[in-house]
Amino acid sequence: MPKDSSIKSVLIIGSGPIIIGQACEFDYSGSQAARSLREEGIRVVLINSNPATIMTDPMMADKVYLLPLTVESIEQILEEQQIDAVLPTMGGQTALNLCKEVDELGIWEKYNVRLIGVDIKAIDKAEDREQFRQWMIQLGVPVAPARTANSFLEGKEFAQEIGFPLVIRPSFTLGGTGGGFVHSKDELDEALQRGLQASPIHEVLVEKAVLGWKEYELELLRDAKDNVVIICTVENLDPMGIHTGDSITVAPAMTLSDTAFQEMRNKAMMMMRDLGNFAGGCNVQFSLNPENEELIAIEINPRVSRSSALASKATGYPIAKIAAKLAIGYTLDELENQITKTTSAFFEPALDYVIVKMPRWNFDKFKGADQTLGLQMKSVGEVMSIGRTFPEALQKACQSLENDALGLGYYGKSAMKSEQLLERLKTPTWDRIFRIKDALMEGVSVKHIHQLTYIDKWFLNQINDIVNMEKQLREYDLETVPVQLLSDAKRMGFSDKQLEYLFGNCEEDEVYEKRKQLGITRTYKMVDTCSAEFEAVTPYFYSTFDTQNESKPSDRKKVIVLGSGPNRIGQGIEFDYCCTHGLQAIQDCGYDAIMVNCNPETVSTDFDMANKLYFEPVFWEHLWEIIELEKPEGVIVQLGGQTALKLAKRLEEKGVRIIGTSFDNMDIAEDRGRFSDLLKELSIPYPKYGTAYNTDDAIEVAKEVGYPVLVRPSYVLGGQRMRIVINEEELEASVLSLLRHLPGNKILIDHFLDRCQEAEIDGIFDGENFHVMGVMEHIEPAGIHSGDSNAVLPAFNLSPMEVTTMEYYAEKIARALDIRGLINIQFAIKGGQVFVIEANPRASRTTPFIAKAYQVPYLNIATKVMLGANKLTDFKIEKKLDGFAIKEPVFSFNKFPGVNKELGPEMKSTGEAIRFIKDLRDPYFRQLYKEKSMYLSNK
Amino acid sequence: MPQTRSIQPAILLLDDGTVYQGKAFGKIGTAAGELCFNTGMTGYQEVFTDPSYKGQVLIMNNCYIGNYGVKKEDVESDSVKISGLICKNIAYNYSRQMADGSVEQFLKDNNLVAIYDVDTRALVAHIRSKGAMNCIISSEILDVDQLKAELAKVPSMEGLALCAEVSTKEPYNVGDPAAEIRIAVMDNGVKRNMLKCLSEKGAYLQVFPTDTAFEECEKFKPHAYFISNGPGDPAPLKYAVDTVKKILAANKPMFGICLGHQLLALANDIPTYKMHHGHRGLNHPVKNLATGRCEITTQNHGFAVDPKAVAASQTVEITHVNLNDSSIEGIRIKNKPAFSVQYHPESTPGPYDSRYLFDDFFNMIKANM
Repeated sequence: MPKDSSIKSVLIIGSGPIIIGQACEFDYSGSQAARSLREEGIRVVLINSNPATIMTDPMMADKVYLLPLTVESIEQILEEQQIDAVLPTMGGQTALNLCKEVDELGIWEKYNVRLIGVDIKAIDKAEDREQFRQWMIQLGVPVAPARTANSFLEGKEFAQEIGFPLVIRPSFTLGGTGGGFVHSKDELDEALQRGLQASPIHEVLVEKAVLGWKEYELELLRDAKDNVVIICTVENLDPMGIHTGDSITVAPAMTLSDTAFQEMRNKAMMMMRDLGNFAGGCNVQFSLNPENEELIAIEINPRVSRSSALASKATGYPIAKIAAKLAIGYTLDELENQITKTTSAFFEPALDYVIVKMPRWNFDKFKGADQTLGLQMKSVGEVMSIGRTFPEALQKACQSLENDALGLGYYGKSAMKSEQLLERLKTPTWDRIFRIKDALMEGVSVKHIHQLTYIDKWFLNQINDIVNMEKQLREYDLETVPVQLLSDAKRMGFSDKQLEYLFGNCEEDEVYEKRKQLGITRTYKMVDTCSAEFEAVTPYFYSTFDTQNESKPSDRKKVIVLGSGPNRIGQGIEFDYCCTHGLQAIQDCGYDAIMVNCNPETVSTDFDMANKLYFEPVFWEHLWEIIELEKPEGVIVQLGGQTALKLAKRLEEKGVRIIGTSFDNMDIAEDRGRFSDLLKELSIPYPKYGTAYNTDDAIEVAKEVGYPVLVRPSYVLGGQRMRIVINEEELEASVLSLLRHLPGNKILIDHFLDRCQEAEIDGIFDGENFHVMGVMEHIEPAGIHSGDSNAVLPAFNLSPMEVTTMEYYAEKIARALDIRGLINIQFAIKGGQVFVIEANPRASRTTPFIAKAYQVPYLNIATKVMLGANKLTDFKIEKKLDGFAIKEPVFSFNKFPGVNKELGPEMKSTGEAIRFIKDLRDPYFRQLYKEKSMYLSNK
Repeated sequence: MPQTRSIQPAILLLDDGTVYQGKAFGKIGTAAGELCFNTGMTGYQEVFTDPSYKGQVLIMNNCYIGNYGVKKEDVESDSVKISGLICKNIAYNYSRQMADGSVEQFLKDNNLVAIYDVDTRALVAHIRSKGAMNCIISSEILDVDQLKAELAKVPSMEGLALCAEVSTKEPYNVGDPAAEIRIAVMDNGVKRNMLKCLSEKGAYLQVFPTDTAFEECEKFKPHAYFISNGPGDPAPLKYAVDTVKKILAANKPMFGICLGHQLLALANDIPTYKMHHGHRGLNHPVKNLATGRCEITTQNHGFAVDPKAVAASQTVEITHVNLNDSSIEGIRIKNKPAFSVQYHPESTPGPYDSRYLFDDFFNMIKANM
C-alpha cells in the first residue's frame, strides 16, 4: 500500500519533561519521526513542553508548540492549525494518555483528526493490565497466573491458590506504588494490607512471581498489511523481578536456542497481528522458564519505547523513522534499508557484535532512597557499548558509565569480604555486577552466585573469564607481560588504566605506547544491520581488537565533538541538543563532523547526524585512538557538559587543538582559586572563599569567610555533595563525609550569601564582541541549585542597574578568559551588589532553553564562532520573545518514597519544562512566585 | 577465552592466497571445502547438520557459537554435514538446562575441524567482494605452502554432484501408514524437519534415494512428490531432472524446496547459475506475489535459477521474489500442480513465516485426488 495521500499534515506529541522512566529516548524517536514525515512532504506540527529537546527545534518541524501537554494545548493547536492526523506513538506513555483523554472528550472527532499508527482500542488492550491478561488468555498465550482481589480475605485466598513467591500490584497507582514481592506467607498480610490501602479502589492484582525466570524483549515493526519483522531480540542479564530499565541488557540474545527463540517470535507476531489497527513499532516482553523453556507474555507496548531506541542503536535500523512511514500507509516492502540503501526495509537485522546496555543510577542524589532494584525503574540514564566479545562489551559499558569504573572493577576502593559479598548479592542493587566480579575474585563459585542471583551461568562464566584474566595479568608487569596475554586482555575490554593498576609499575600512557609498538591497537567495525552480508554506506562505527579496520579516514578536515555520556541528574538531554547543533554547524563550515558518545538515547548519535559516528565510551583511551586514526583539526569539548570538558587537560597535554576557548583559560574558570584571583584582578566582587584538605583547615577557613558557608569538592557535577552549613559541628561532619567519599579532594569553602537573588547569563564571545544570549533570574533564592530553581527569562525583578552590572561583569570575564564560544556565569545579588559565583566555559543547561525562547540558533552561532569560521557580527541576531519564558524544574521524587524532597545546593530535578507568559500578571507565574521556597535545606 | 585450556593454533588458507591465523577447536586435523557464510544468530546445531552444507566450510557471522550447547533433537540429519567451521568466539561454557552437551564435544564426536578467534567479519567482507572460493583449515599442518598443495586438490563446487553422498541409501518410511495422503520424497539431502512438516500434516511418506527412478517411486502409489533440498550444483543432476520431468508428465502434484526448486526449473529448460556468494541466513526477505504478503525466510543456497529464462518461459510463472536482490524465490508451473521455492519454509533454524506453503501443497494434493 503506498502512502496515504490524504494526510498532508501530522501532529506529533512529545513526552514532556524528563522523568525517571521517560527520558530523551522519546526526543530521539520524535525527531526521527518528524524528519521521516517531512521527507514525504508532510507538514509536521509538534507539541512538547520540554525545551531541551531537539524535536522542538525550528529545524525539526514546520511548527513547534512549546506548550504544556494538556487537552487545552491540543485544542489550541487544532484551532490554529489544519491537522489531518495525529501520531501518538512517539511520545511514550504521556503522549498515549493525552491522546486518549483528547479522544474521550471527542476533540479529535470535532476537528476531524485521525489517529494514525494505533487506535484507541489497541492502546486499551495493551495498556490495561486486566484487559491484556484476558486478551492473552483468549489468544492462547500463557501469562502468569493472577487474580484480582478486592478484600483482604480474597487476597489471602488467591495467594494460597497461586503460591509463593508472588507479586501484589495495586490497581490504579502510579509507577508501581504500594506493590511488591511477597516471598513467603509471613510477609503476605502486611504486603496485602499495604497494597489494598494504596489502591484508590481498594483492589490488588495477586500475581505469581516468576522470579529467576529469564527475561526477553522483542522489538517489532508491523505495517498496515500485517507484515511483521523482528528488529532486535534483547536479553536481560538480570532475570525477572528487576525492571528492564534497571536491568543490564544484551543483544542479540545470548542464551536462546533457535527453538526457544522461534516460539517467542511466533507468539510475538501473533500478539501483534491481533492487536487491532496498528502500523509502527512495538515492543513485546516475555519471560522464559529456564527449566523447561515455557514462555509467558509479560507485556506489549504499542508504541516506540526506550527499548526501541536502544534496538535502533544496537542494530542500526532506524525504528522510529520507519514506524512513522508505516503510520502514513507505506508497507515495509516499499521502503529501503536505510543503512545499505540497496536492500529492503522488510528484513531482520543480523548482528555480528555484542551489545551491552547498562543503566546509570543517581542514588547519591536521593538520600534515604531504597536502593534495592525491583518492579519500579530507578535509573536516570543508560550507556550502550559494542564489542566483539561479551567481556569486551561489558567492560566498555563500565568505562562508559563515568562513575570511576575503569572496566569491570573500581580498584583501590574498599573491598568486601566474601561473606559480606554473598549477603549483598542476595538483593539486587546498582553495583551488583561489580560485586559479582569481586565475589568471583574471592573464589566464590559460579554456581553459588547463580543460586543467589539467578543470573544465567553463561554470563557468569564470561565474567569469570574476566576474573581469570585479571588474576593472570596480576602476575606480570608491563615489562614481563606476554604479548598474547596483553592482546587477549585488550580483546576482553581491559582498559589501559585498568592494566596500569594491575601491573602496578606503569602509567596508562605507557601501556598504550607498549601495545601500540606491539601492534595491539583498535580497529573499527561498522554497524551495518546485516553482518557484512551487503555493502553498507553508513558511517557508524565501534572499536574492537581485530584484524581489519573498516573506518577509513577521509582526506577532508575534521572536527570531533565529544558527547556527554549517560544522562544523569545535572547533565542530560540539553547537551544532546548542543551536540546535534554543533555537528550541523561544523558541517556548514565545510568540515567533516565526527561524533563520539555512548548514550543510546541521543539524537546526536543517530546514524545520519554526523559525517562519522564512533559509538564509544567518552573515556580517554577510546578518544585517543580515534584521534590517532582520524587526525582531526581539533576537538570540541564545550558541547558535552562536564564529561567532555574533563578530557580537555589530557588533550592539551597531547598537543591536540581544543576548538574554542583554550584549555588554560577553561582551567581558570574551573579552578576556584585561579578564578577568584582573576575576579580580584578584574575588581569583580565574589563571595569570600578558601580551600582546605582537612577539617582543621576547613574550620579556620570557615571562620575567616564567615558562616553560613557552602562546602563542596572541586570539580563536581550538579552540585554533587554540596552542603550549606551554619556552624563548626555541621562543617566538620560535612567535611568528613566529603573526604570519605572523595579522598584527597580539595574542599572549597565559600561564604554563603543568605537570602539573596540568583541569576545567570549565557553569552558568546568571539574575541572581539560579547553577546549576551540571555539573562535568567531565579525565582528561588540563592542556595537552591540553579537546575532546581524556577527561572525567568529575561530578568523580571532585578533592577536595570543590576542587570547592566551583570552584563558588564560577564563581558569582562569573557574577555579576560579570551572565550571563543560559550560561557555561562552565575551571579548572586544582595542589597544591590552583584557577586559572581561561578563561570562555566561551555554550553550550559540553559543554553538550549534560551535558544528556544528567543528562537535564535545560538548553538549554531556559537559553534561557528568556536571554529573561528564566523564572527558574531556575521549573524543577524533577533530575539523573538513576547513576554517571559519560565523554566520549571521537574522532579522524579515519586520513584523514591521516603526521600527528603527539600531542595538545596545539590541538584535533584530530572527534567524541565518551558512555559511562556505574556506578563507578570499571569496567574501561573504569580502562584509560582508566591509559593517559592524560601526555606533552605542543609541536609 | 578460557585461560585454563591449552589452545592450539590453527590456520585458514583461502584459494586466493589469503591467510588467517586462529585457534583450533573441535577435531585436530585438516578440512577443506567451499567457503561460505551464514548470518543467522541462532540455530547453529541445525545448520551444522543440514545436508545442504555438504562440501562447505562455514563461517558463522554471529559473534558466539556454542552458548546454549547442543540438544539431541535439534538436528537436521544424523551427523554434522559441514566440512569445516570458522567462527569468532567459541563458548566453552554453555548454558541451557535442556541441553545434552557442549558444542565442543559435539564437534569432536563428529570429527569436525574448526578454527576460531578469526576476524570473521573481515572474512565475510572478503567473500562479499571476491565471491565464494575454496579454502582449507588446519590445526595440524601450519605450513602455508604445504596447505596450498592440499587446497589445490579440492574440487570446485561448480559442476559438483554431492547429493548421493548425503542421500539415504535405502528407501524408508515416515508417518502413519494408514494416512490418507501418500507422498514420495526424493531425498537429495533432506532436512529432518521437512519430513516432520509433511508427516505431521497427515501424510505417509516414503523417502527414496536421490537417484531412484520415477517408476520405482510409483510403486509406493504416491499422491504427490516432494523434491528435497540438497548440496552442490544442480546442473549435473541429469537423473533427477529426468525424474522431475516424468512427475510433471504424469501430472502428479509436486513441491520442491531449494535444490528441488532448481530441479523443477531445470526440468522446464530454465538453467541455473552459480551465485556470487549465495544466500545463507535466517533473515532473507521474500515477497509472495500472489498475496502481496512478505515473509522472512531461512535460506541456504549457492546456486539460483536464471531470472531472464524464467521471465521468457511460457510454462513457468514467478510466485515469489527476493526483496533484496530481486532473485527468483518461487515458481509455479502453469497448468500443472507443481510449485517450488528457493528458500526453506520448514525453517529450523529460522522463522515460521512460510509454513503455509505446506498447507498449499496439501490443498493442491487434495484438489488432485
